[in-house]
Amino acid sequence: MKKTRFFFLALALAVMTLSSPLAWGVGGDLDEIKAAGKIRIAVFGDKPPFGYVDANGEHQGYDIYLGKRLSLDLFGSPDKVEWVLVEAASRMEVLLANKADLVLANFTVTEDRAKQVDFAKPYMKVYLGVSSPKKAPITDVSQLSGKTLIVTKGTTADSYFSKNHPEVKLLKFDQNTEAFNALLDGRGVGLAHDNTFLFAFDKENPGFVTAIDRLGPEDTIAPAVKKGNSKLLSWVNEEIVKLTNDKFFERAYQATMAPAFGPAVDPKSVLIDKLD
Amino acid sequence: MLDSALSVLRMGRNLPRLMEGLGVTLEISLVSVALSILLGVPMGLLMASRRPLAPSFLRLYLEFIRVMPILVLLFLFYYSLSKFWNINLSALTVSILVFTLWGAAEMGDLVRGAVTSLPRHQWDSGRALGLTESQVSVYVVIPQAVRRLLPGVINLTTRMIKTTPFVFFINLPDLVKVGQQIVEVSGLRIPLASVWVYGTIFVIYFLICYPISILSRYLERRWQS
Repeated sequence: MKKTRFFFLALALAVMTLSSPLAWGVGGDLDEIKAAGKIRIAVFGDKPPFGYVDANGEHQGYDIYLGKRLSLDLFGSPDKVEWVLVEAASRMEVLLANKADLVLANFTVTEDRAKQVDFAKPYMKVYLGVSSPKKAPITDVSQLSGKTLIVTKGTTADSYFSKNHPEVKLLKFDQNTEAFNALLDGRGVGLAHDNTFLFAFDKENPGFVTAIDRLGPEDTIAPAVKKGNSKLLSWVNEEIVKLTNDKFFERAYQATMAPAFGPAVDPKSVLIDKLD
Repeated sequence: MLDSALSVLRMGRNLPRLMEGLGVTLEISLVSVALSILLGVPMGLLMASRRPLAPSFLRLYLEFIRVMPILVLLFLFYYSLSKFWNINLSALTVSILVFTLWGAAEMGDLVRGAVTSLPRHQWDSGRALGLTESQVSVYVVIPQAVRRLLPGVINLTTRMIKTTPFVFFINLPDLVKVGQQIVEVSGLRIPLASVWVYGTIFVIYFLICYPISILSRYLERRWQS
């Protein structure tokens, strides 16, 4: 029996030592964030220009620009943020499991997601667009009738064209990179995707232009907090309204997205001009 | 070609960042391998013993860990513990805990296998020579079991090292994830960035795992003669 007892003792000790950094309690509430002296914001680490880590190991991008501003308004310093890296699929979980107070990760507002988390007012919007060669630009959806259009499987573009434009032949790919390569190879007359992806693609491939830049339903991108975290939610809402009126997001666009999209893009196609 | 390779790695703090990622990878794998050996050996001896209850309980634990994908365990300890029981462990703690749970189970089974594979007459001969039970263990069973154990332990160690990239699913930037961040940022300007960055990571993993294999081969040869 001696050995058994030793084993369980060792296991218990190991678990206790390992679990000592029990960092946070319930957390997430605005008062608790203030008391902790820092806010935990979940961001992407590999999605330029929204959220990425630059060559110096610094967090950068449109989402980070906003996160730093929120920290400035809350604590008087833009550096009181603990950045929590997320993958697209874990954006909801980090809030539910209280690993972050706020998600700023290019999070598109949808009905299903709104059942799990609370979205604040939007700070960006996204439409569908169609990128095509400059030599044969697609300026209207009617030009696509009977032609082949490239999409990535499972995206908004895929479902939008399948549902509303059955006359367009769709060529579907699993990965964005494959889809964009297919466009470069001329395997379709154009490629439909979120307009922001297309702007970045056009910038790197000067032979292409997103001649349709606002198509389909407008989707919005908004900060998200844990469901029921009303104090933090209303504070973030006040901030977003104030910052929108201050033209803060135009400056954020110029600092982060403009270098990635180039001067040809109209900032209005992604920015929200008025909030009530 | 070579120029672009160097420029990706030289840019900013890219190389030091990869090394930090390597630090995370090594911390998780080395700590959990050490803990696995520490916990796995007594576990294996218990499983090999003929006591009625302990082996069946450990058997259950081993089977549970075996059928559970590592990713599920990571999610369970990182998200579910916090969501349902409000136990908020850091990503690093969860990683070491899960890899230790896995490593200890596998290690225990390896030890059990090595001990039970020794022919019965080794014990009997030891006792016939007048050795006590513990002397039989220390002088007869363990030295032979360790030799049989070695290839399995080396295999488990390299497997654990190579499985660490899973930790980026619980938001811990290990070597591979840092590499991915670098590729995503420089990929548009330097098209071959992915080849060079992942190539570098390949070399790093090789440099970690190959010496372990060499060591095991050396020991096996030495003990054979």
